[in-house]
Amino acid sequence: MERMVVLKKEILRIGEEALHELQQLNNSEALQELKVKVLGKKGSLTALLRQMGSLGPEERPMMGQVVNEMRSRLEKAWEERSAELEVIALEKRLAAERIDISLPGSRVASGHYHPLTQVVEEIEDIFLGMGFQIAEGPEIESDYYNFEALNLPKDHPAREMQDSFYITEEILLRTQTSPVQIRTMEKLHPHLPVKVIAPGTVYRNDDDATHSPMFHQVEGLMVDQGIRMSDLKGILLNFSRQMFGESREIRLRPSFFPFTEPSAEVDVSCMLCGGAGCRLCKGTGWIEILGSGMVHPKVLEMGGYNPKEVTGFAFGMGVERIAMLKFGIEDMRLLFDNDLRFLQQF
Amino acid sequence: MKVSMEWLHKLVDVNQTAEELAETLTRGGIEVESVENLNKGFEKVVIGEISSLTKHPNADRLWVCDVNVGQKNVTIVTGAQNLQAGDRIPVAMIGAVLPNDLAIRKSKLRGVVSEGMLCSREELLLDASVGLDRSEGGILVLAAEAPIGENFGKYLGREDSVLDLELYPNRPDCLAMVNVAREVASLTGKQPHLPKWADTAKGLDLPAAENLKIIIEEEELCRRYAGLVVENVHIAPSPEWMQRRLKAAGVRPISNIVDITNYCMLEMGQPLHAFDRDKITGNIHVRSAKAGEKIVTLDGVERSLQADTLLIADDRQALAVAGVMGGVDSEVTGDTKCLLIESAHFAGVSIRRTSRRLGLRSEASNRYEKGVNPYGCVATLGRVCELLLELGAGRPVAFLDELKTLPLQRQITLSVQHTSTVLGLELKDSDIRQVLENLNFKYEEMEGIFDVEIPTYRADLEIEEDLMEEVARLRGYDLIPTTLPQGDTTQGRRTPEQEFRRRLRKVLVQSGMDEVMTYTFTGAAKDAQWGSAQHSISLLNPLREELSVMRTSLVPGLLEVAAKNTARRNTEISIFEVGTTYWGDEKPLRELPREVLRVAGVAVGKSGRHWLNSQTQYDFFYVKGILEEIAREFGLKFDYRMSENRPRLHPGRSADVYLHNECIGFLGEIHPSEEKEWALERAVLFELDLGVLFKHMRPIVRAQSIPRFPAINRDLAVVVPIDTSAAAVMTKIHKLGGELLQNVELFDVYTGKSIPEGRKSLAFSLHYQSLERTLTDEEVNILNSRILEGIQQEFDAEWRK
Repeated sequence: MERMVVLKKEILRIGEEALHELQQLNNSEALQELKVKVLGKKGSLTALLRQMGSLGPEERPMMGQVVNEMRSRLEKAWEERSAELEVIALEKRLAAERIDISLPGSRVASGHYHPLTQVVEEIEDIFLGMGFQIAEGPEIESDYYNFEALNLPKDHPAREMQDSFYITEEILLRTQTSPVQIRTMEKLHPHLPVKVIAPGTVYRNDDDATHSPMFHQVEGLMVDQGIRMSDLKGILLNFSRQMFGESREIRLRPSFFPFTEPSAEVDVSCMLCGGAGCRLCKGTGWIEILGSGMVHPKVLEMGGYNPKEVTGFAFGMGVERIAMLKFGIEDMRLLFDNDLRFLQQF
Repeated sequence: MKVSMEWLHKLVDVNQTAEELAETLTRGGIEVESVENLNKGFEKVVIGEISSLTKHPNADRLWVCDVNVGQKNVTIVTGAQNLQAGDRIPVAMIGAVLPNDLAIRKSKLRGVVSEGMLCSREELLLDASVGLDRSEGGILVLAAEAPIGENFGKYLGREDSVLDLELYPNRPDCLAMVNVAREVASLTGKQPHLPKWADTAKGLDLPAAENLKIIIEEEELCRRYAGLVVENVHIAPSPEWMQRRLKAAGVRPISNIVDITNYCMLEMGQPLHAFDRDKITGNIHVRSAKAGEKIVTLDGVERSLQADTLLIADDRQALAVAGVMGGVDSEVTGDTKCLLIESAHFAGVSIRRTSRRLGLRSEASNRYEKGVNPYGCVATLGRVCELLLELGAGRPVAFLDELKTLPLQRQITLSVQHTSTVLGLELKDSDIRQVLENLNFKYEEMEGIFDVEIPTYRADLEIEEDLMEEVARLRGYDLIPTTLPQGDTTQGRRTPEQEFRRRLRKVLVQSGMDEVMTYTFTGAAKDAQWGSAQHSISLLNPLREELSVMRTSLVPGLLEVAAKNTARRNTEISIFEVGTTYWGDEKPLRELPREVLRVAGVAVGKSGRHWLNSQTQYDFFYVKGILEEIAREFGLKFDYRMSENRPRLHPGRSADVYLHNECIGFLGEIHPSEEKEWALERAVLFELDLGVLFKHMRPIVRAQSIPRFPAINRDLAVVVPIDTSAAAVMTKIHKLGGELLQNVELFDVYTGKSIPEGRKSLAFSLHYQSLERTLTDEEVNILNSRILEGIQQEFDAEWRK
């Protein structure tokens, strides 16, 4: 009986000591070590258990209960302490891994499209969506396609509207994308409808703050039976709204181009002030964006179509102007200056 | 064309302001570029009379004036010493902004309130022709009868506005006031009040001239030549009203005779010229110049004439360059007693050629170039007669009219139905009638078909569509609705080539290059350096030498952009351009040349400094990497061969690029000896022809399935002689590895410590993979050893363990 009291005391002592020590430990390795030292095969508590053989049979279950109680107290304490330590370790790691989120991000080396490329592609996409194809033609063009076939015979006063760069008497840098109208009709006739836009580089012998000797246009041409001037208006309204915003309106003003009749200049309501009048639209509320009209019967004929059977509309816009309006560029020369500080904004 | 509102009011009723009329005209197709207010600066300047003037109580040199400005009297302090009571003077009222931009405010001068300012000539920007002599150095003193309270600008005859018309080439008729008045009338629904001669095509009621005949020798260039002989000529200044209108139109008044000819030209659109009749010997000949013929023109310059210049001559000599400028020898002077006034129709083409060649442009030549109504010659002379008599400038005594075939008067048939269809605007017969009435066109009408007689001054109206435009613009373009084309739906899509160019740009931009756009013309020398002088195409009329040939290479343009950016301290330059080059195969060109699409790029400098990333130097391999990206995008493989024949590239750092054994371009570092010219250090560039690339591109990606069996990776490092080509070693490895060796990457190149002099270490990562089974270490080991042995033999390589 005395033996049991001693043993029990010893169990409680070892247990209490271990419980106390466990609270002091602050890493999981030491915790594991202590567990082995007490509860392992060669552990102190295990050693005491072995001594149970010296007890009487009636004492053994009582003793067993004492040991098991102590064992489960210890295991529970270990688990708790272990969980605590995991939390501490995680917090420590998180604290250590803190970064300065204000530092700049890693460099992603992507370049920039030229603004004119972006605008041409946007115009193309709008017209592709309306079922137009994209046609192209040479930049070095014959007098015939650039002028004569467009109802501009030699010595026509309207030729003076455009100063040309000549290569020979008969070959020049095209002054407009309109020759593509003729080339397209020649290629497609008698197929209907003809429905194309023609973006491209054009040239005029002019160089000042508002003119560049090289610039870009997008031509449009639609020929079919029963094409009306109101269709031209509808297509251009659709284009203007997609390009400059859903609330834009357009208006047509009578104008003159040798290859269209009737002809119209097209204004769009100012994208800056919405039509109230501002610096951009010079107080008028309207901004001129393109020239257009019904294809002149002579031009249809030159393209191989019978003006008695079909009608058509055509239009032409300056890409630089559209880009300047769209991006708020004030000086056209910036577009060909190629300063990277300018280009990298787009 | 400058249109005085005051003048216009005489020809048509206008109940709009100048600004409103400008808007009406512009919306009607006659663009008004600007509206100039001639009274600018005089709006708040009135004529006043000095009722009394007294010394300023607190200043010796100042006067306090009590000024009657009509409705009331105002007190004004002045420092001028030339005034006396009863003087009439210009008074700038409070709020006035004078022509010299001086703004007048209420002010206090030494305790006395001044309610305006008395003005000097200088402040009003006037010359000595206005006011009395004692205005000099002080306040402008006007004549005693100057009306008190009247606006000073009105008193000077400046109360007018001028519309500046920007005319399209189809409307030269609006270079005449009468036709502007007709246009205004059409657009506003009013009737014009034209001079009685405006519509007359009849001859004048005068006898034919004696001893003077008109002989037209160049019928093609002169359809009509009419003349008026005037006697008892009295040269004097023209009246104030005429001078004022001429000035408003931008024409300088000279004398009654010259002014009448100019005035009638502005009014009727028909250029006129006055000769001194007594200086004409024999008859008038309209002929071409003889070789070497000379004339001294009115500006005093002696001009040598080319043989096709159209002249007006007498039996002896040239009198005038037809339609361009008169000659000194027959000039009207103060002593002129008798005149011949010419009213002729010359061909615009000839006049344009001559005026260009002589560098002479005048109001007359401008009108001939754009087109003059041949039916207006005589009517204009009728108007001249009227004014000569009215002004007492001379007595018309004889009339000549030499006439060749004139263009026929036009009739156009307009169908209401057709017009409605083309415009997309429902029109009734009455709408058309209304438009034709407004235009004052005569017509006959039958069941929706109108036969319209086109007046000769509207030469621009030739076909039915021209009349449709008249209908549309007079009705208003705003009435045309917006519709969408009927008919089958069409689908729009880019052609494969257009798509290819888009993808190419995308690869380059994604690779970090910025797109630039340069002029396609360049200097001949620069283009020859990088392109082909043999094929380059020159412009006949370039803007300047640096823009005189069409490029055969994109490189010079890109180098210029790179150099410009470097000079502006923009480092990190990596740019490209997709653009056309132009190749002529003959000189001079007879056929259109080849237009060849290319892509080129230049990289110089290094990527910007960043706290996280190391800086990349833009070098050969940077650019090669981009080319490999292009090849990958289009499913191609480029071969690179040391370039032999590119003197402007670094011989050890450049390569020709081959695709399917065809050279399509190059890449490389610029030759050190070129660096100075471009002020660029170690620029690396490339240029590729896109035709071959497009031809061979893989149209669509064929997907491959992902292998189900694990792969085995092995590294292999070998030490080889330093000039061994890494690509050759890789090719050999591929060959030896067979189909199980899926991929080989070169991951390290090393020279230096532990590597013998003259040798380098190459380290490869080999990727073995079977699509059918799991590979064993053993078989991979065997393959690896076979590869090692193979390259040891071929490249004098040692295994680097």
